[in-house]
Amino acid sequence: MMRRFTLIAVPYLWLLLLFLVPFVIVLKISLSDTALSIPPYTPVLDWAEGIRAFFSQLDFENFVWLTQDDLYWKAYLSSFSIALVSTLLTLLIGYPIAYGMARAPEEWRPTLMMLIILPFWTSFLIRVYAWMGILSNEGFLNQFLLWLGLIDTPLTILNTNTAVYIGIVYTYLPFMILPIYAALDRLDGSLIEAAEDLGCSRLLAFWLVVIPLSRNGIVAGCFLVFIPALGEFVIPSLLGGSGTLMIGKVLWEEFFSNRDWPVASAVAVVLLLILVVPIVLFQRNQQKQAEAEQ
Amino acid sequence: MNNRVLALTAVFTLGGATAFADEVRVYNWSDYIDESLLAKFEEETGIDLIYDVFDSNEVLETKMLAGGSGYDIVAPTGTFLQRQITAGAFQKLDKDKLPNLGNMWALIEDRTEQYDPDNAYSINYMWGTTGIGVNVGKVKELLGDDAPINSLDLVFNPDNMEKLAECGVHFLDAPAETIPMALKYIGEDPDSHDPDVIAKVEGVYAPVRPHIQKFHNSEYINALANGDICVAIGWSGDILQSRDRAVEAGNGVEIAFHAPTEGAQMWFDQMAIPVDAPNPDGAHAFLNFIMDAQNAAAASDYVYYANGNKASQEFLAEDVIGDPAIYPDEDTLNNLYTTTPYPAKVQRIVTRLWTKIKSGT
Repeated sequence: MMRRFTLIAVPYLWLLLLFLVPFVIVLKISLSDTALSIPPYTPVLDWAEGIRAFFSQLDFENFVWLTQDDLYWKAYLSSFSIALVSTLLTLLIGYPIAYGMARAPEEWRPTLMMLIILPFWTSFLIRVYAWMGILSNEGFLNQFLLWLGLIDTPLTILNTNTAVYIGIVYTYLPFMILPIYAALDRLDGSLIEAAEDLGCSRLLAFWLVVIPLSRNGIVAGCFLVFIPALGEFVIPSLLGGSGTLMIGKVLWEEFFSNRDWPVASAVAVVLLLILVVPIVLFQRNQQKQAEAEQ
Repeated sequence: MNNRVLALTAVFTLGGATAFADEVRVYNWSDYIDESLLAKFEEETGIDLIYDVFDSNEVLETKMLAGGSGYDIVAPTGTFLQRQITAGAFQKLDKDKLPNLGNMWALIEDRTEQYDPDNAYSINYMWGTTGIGVNVGKVKELLGDDAPINSLDLVFNPDNMEKLAECGVHFLDAPAETIPMALKYIGEDPDSHDPDVIAKVEGVYAPVRPHIQKFHNSEYINALANGDICVAIGWSGDILQSRDRAVEAGNGVEIAFHAPTEGAQMWFDQMAIPVDAPNPDGAHAFLNFIMDAQNAAAASDYVYYANGNKASQEFLAEDVIGDPAIYPDEDTLNNLYTTTPYPAKVQRIVTRLWTKIKSGT
């Protein structure tokens, strides 16, 4: 009994300390007003004043503000669509790679796995910077295409949404490949043989047997890409153009340019509420998978 | 034996602790100092110097207003400095610890007083103008030999911009400078705080916006030098640094800076000590070091910005003190304007307008 309690308590304590407490602080700031002081909002959280005083000072002005300006919902929507498209692209590229890895001879697999993980040894920021060098007008890609004679004038890729897609797909590809690979790796090869014996073509067997059996990997991979891509800030600000509208950038502007921590916090709270849906779905999927395995 | 080891360890630990206490943390703009000066400071004073950089006033201000930045010296621009002083972010300078204050230039001190009365909280590090950087060859190729490279017409006239879009145009992502610039272009007061006047800026940017490739505060230095872009609205010294990088690279790119004839914004980057600086004594030592005439001259020679140090002028390189893009002549100096910080409500309107100009939303 005691042991079970401790077992449950540890992850909940973790959640409480690293998620709930910071969230309450952000929520509190989102209900405050801006001020020219250190820190730049008022009232500052003061437990001494008592709970009643605390609640009486709350106001939802900043959330109302978010509904009055179309900037915010457009930014949420645009982030959502950029995240969705990048997730699909990552899936389309990641699945064949994971499939190839799972079908590769046993002795190659550790090396292939290593190749997928290797880029993580370099800082994420440096890898995104490297893409700036590759994609710029005078960059490697354009120089190469010009040299091949495929194009006459350099392609403008850097500072457009295309560059953002490339950046997100590149960065999050391993998060897609690894769970799919894990699902495919466990797949019993004799199931495919059985399907083929029963008259399925190779393609049909892949569609009817392999894809459904790797469903959990696909779902896990998609969530692992979609959730961080939605709030992505670094990739759109380095690779994207000024027209790339993403909620991460809007949040930055509120926080830095307007010095409006309360509105910035309100934007963050809404973003979190939007993310709760896919996160809960992801949890469910993981749970179902765990139950199925027992 | 063991005791001796212990004693030695204790000595080293104590030594380490004092060394740790005697360090100065400086937070300055990127590409803004001759790094040999940093080594010289460490050598002369024995104080360890930790030097970090930023590239926007907004980032610095957020750190200041959050408090506990851990920095001993920061370098905000005048308008931002004024607001941060009001917020109580800085401590008054102890002028007894700054014997080199006598080197400073009264003309500049007069102008910075509008942000920092009596210059009680800050000293001037560098000042400069915001203007136009061009890749002379490419712009003339596209617009002809009489291209208006010293006029705002180059970047606000849609006919010019349509042609320039092909080779790339960058703007600063600094509404506090790009909005006054557009106001100046249409003959309004660049320092206007009236929302109705500020709103007119949208009409100035709308027709040229499709031809602006990026709004950024530091990328244009390399982009101009590499030939990736051919026009940048940027800071004087940064564009001159870009000019030198192109010469070093020997890629045939020729960069020039012009303060627009319509009038250019003049700004002042001030050095100040945060109220919670861990080492105010070290910070004063650093300020005094920077105000040394020869050090200030070395800094300006390296970054191509003018400084507020009168005594340094005799040590400046001829191509710095003699370059009107850096030390403007009397006429240009009279044609420069300064701005004051926006109040919070206007600031929100300005930021929103700027987002709308940049993203179309």
